[in-house]
Amino acid sequence: MAEQSTAYILEMNNITKKFPGVIALQNASLKVKPGTVHALMGENGAGKSTLMKCLFGIYSMDEGEILLEGKAVSFENSKQALECGVSMVHQELNQVRQQSVMDNMWLGRYPKKGMFIDEKKMYNDTLEIFKNLDIQIDPRRKVSTLSVSEMQMVEIAKAVSYRSKIIVMDEPTSSLTEKEVEHLFRIIRKLKQEGVGIIYISHKMEEILKISDEVTIMRDGRYITTKRADELTTDEIIKLMVGRDLSQRFPDKINNPGDVILKVSHLTAEAQPSFSDVSFELRKGEILGVAGLVGSRRTELLEALFGLRAVRSGTIELRGRMIENKSPQEAIKNGFALVTEERRTTGIYPDLSVSFNCMISNLRQYRSKGVFVSERKVYDDTKWVIDSMKVKTPSQKTPIRSLSGGNQQKVIIGRWLLTKPDILLLDEPTRGIDVGAKFEIYQLINQLAADGKGIIIVSSEMPELLGVTDRILVMSNGRAAGIVETAATSQEEIMRLSALY
Amino acid sequence: MERIKQSSVAKWLVDHVIYVVLILLIVGIVVASPDFLSMTNILNILSQSSSRVIIALGVAGILITAGTDLSAGRMVGLAAVISASLLQAADYAYRMYPHLPELPLFVPILISMIATGLLGALNGVIVAKLHVPPFIATLGMMIAVYGINSIYFDRPPYGAQPIGGLNESFTTFAQRGIPIGSYEIPYLIIYAAVISVIMWIIWNKTELGKNMYAIGGNPEAAKVSGVNVTKNLIIIYTIAGLLYGFSGTLEAGRVGSATNNTGNMYELDAIAACVVGGVSLSGGIGTVSGVIAGVLIFQIINYGLAFLGVSPYIQFIVKGLIIIVAVAFDMRKHAKKK
Repeated sequence: MAEQSTAYILEMNNITKKFPGVIALQNASLKVKPGTVHALMGENGAGKSTLMKCLFGIYSMDEGEILLEGKAVSFENSKQALECGVSMVHQELNQVRQQSVMDNMWLGRYPKKGMFIDEKKMYNDTLEIFKNLDIQIDPRRKVSTLSVSEMQMVEIAKAVSYRSKIIVMDEPTSSLTEKEVEHLFRIIRKLKQEGVGIIYISHKMEEILKISDEVTIMRDGRYITTKRADELTTDEIIKLMVGRDLSQRFPDKINNPGDVILKVSHLTAEAQPSFSDVSFELRKGEILGVAGLVGSRRTELLEALFGLRAVRSGTIELRGRMIENKSPQEAIKNGFALVTEERRTTGIYPDLSVSFNCMISNLRQYRSKGVFVSERKVYDDTKWVIDSMKVKTPSQKTPIRSLSGGNQQKVIIGRWLLTKPDILLLDEPTRGIDVGAKFEIYQLINQLAADGKGIIIVSSEMPELLGVTDRILVMSNGRAAGIVETAATSQEEIMRLSALY
Repeated sequence: MERIKQSSVAKWLVDHVIYVVLILLIVGIVVASPDFLSMTNILNILSQSSSRVIIALGVAGILITAGTDLSAGRMVGLAAVISASLLQAADYAYRMYPHLPELPLFVPILISMIATGLLGALNGVIVAKLHVPPFIATLGMMIAVYGINSIYFDRPPYGAQPIGGLNESFTTFAQRGIPIGSYEIPYLIIYAAVISVIMWIIWNKTELGKNMYAIGGNPEAAKVSGVNVTKNLIIIYTIAGLLYGFSGTLEAGRVGSATNNTGNMYELDAIAACVVGGVSLSGGIGTVSGVIAGVLIFQIINYGLAFLGVSPYIQFIVKGLIIIVAVAFDMRKHAKKK
């Protein structure tokens, strides 16, 4: 039986997944032993989520094989995976908030007595699983009244109730307090004892080294290495995660930062948990990067500056004048512009023309004779956007959805430039855009800074921040972990700051 | 601590605003006219509410799945016309089917319910299988059912005449009641009560009910947990159709006749009652007791304000305002502050 103990419970071998224009995974592998915690690590975009989506059948892989207890499997959806003992505790918890805890536990497989649901059995079974895992939650409570950590416990208990052999936890501690993390770890150790294999995705080095037995590191969609956790140090992990060459992917810098135009002091969001006590300055013609891990509240910070998110305390000073930016309208009036992260959901009007997409944030400019929109002015401005941003489009009337991601992004940046902003907030401006188009967007950003605009870029791609910014504000768990000079920093230093809190 | 206390009282009021409104309404009317609180008035209000409760319970199930049903009223009309046409007294001069023997009561009721049940199932298929938004699917159904009903209704020998002369068993079924002392408890109230209990059991004690809430509350979670969303939706729309059918026969029997316009706009009354009764249009939330309270509120406004001699036009204004205020509260309850 010695063989049994070393055999893998889950093997994912040579997984390749291609999307149009991008190879998301190339020969990625992951092998998990029963009764161990296996950390899966990599930068944002290294392919961890894609690999998990292949496991659960959300994406179909192009090449490779998945073996569960030595048998080849290929799940069509998460439900099938669940029934075969592979479950996931999601970062965004997938629960019916209006129903009770036990309703959620047994949804889709209620115990029945004749025609009716056996509430008593439901209650007792839930209680028993909870007791086993040391969870103290009344099964009759409504999910919407639970804290995030309690919801997570319920998800884990649900996974256990399916007799899962593999449980994937995606950033399980991102919104937990230290005490709650301790409880989670106790539960994880219990699961280990029962022979469950746990795939643990996290960015937090200390946690990983504390809880995991083995670590697999991915980079750029490829498998890098698998090592025992006790053979690794934080520094080694960071080196393995970021170790890549930075070839000429960025244009030369041409901007010259001038005087301070924006001063943010002790800014704290109203709805917590979110960012708190963030201070920084932005100069005219400067490109300020904002780095941080997923969940470090970078987007929230931009949203607050743009009036989309309520602020509890702190001040925003524009050229020495206090401003509030209580709504986007006010922010636009004050010369702010925001290019959002989710281009598809909050940026473009996909079925409408390039021209419509250019002018929509700037309608007031086009009113002639009182109320009517001047076609002439719209035409001229759209032409300006297409020419100056080098947008590749057949015509102004083409629906924007038929353009490539890079060209769509240029149109959106152009749209905001038409409002003549002084401060441009860019949230993941190059996400989902191919390398060539990225270069053009970088050039554009450089040019805008050289023209004297203050630019703040949130990005999860560290090389991008190092390649285009002047300074970088590093966020960690909602707080400003530090501001570094881009020319004098390294990926390792930023990583370390990101994991500070 | 103080703040928490205060907000929990406020929260209770917000959560139970419907019952507070109901009580205030009754108190207000009674203060204005103490005679209002009589057995006759109470029985009248309850029996007028009965067929509406049945319709509203059908609509409510669909609303809880985050759907809607605009075809409810026209289905009620179809069932009313079908059952009336099959239940005319043998000695009545203008029978739609002159040679039809007097059928036992349950046959026409069953035929009406099967017709609307099938149409309800069709609604479900269109929504769940063809993924047509429920508003559009049932809007189309509403218009088409009116057409079907009108063709059946308006034809020789007597054309577009109200179908009357209903046989006695039918009128007894819908208009009489159980005598208790000097009063008569209308059968209608008993039907509505029995159906409310059945629906309460379905909603709270069966897998179908739990799935209904899950589908409306978080369709993604329901799917991932292996709930057959398509099947459950079709069943829920079918049940609604059956309820409209039964309610339609009651309407015909209660009024004593039916036309192709019977039931017109009942769907909007039902949706309004559900919403006022705390059923969330975004799905996942709603109770049988809330729906009943919602229907009662509208019926008390109707009856009570008429009792006080308030102009019917003002009644419309009051009803409109109540709908808006109720939904404003609902949105407050569920609004997420960013």
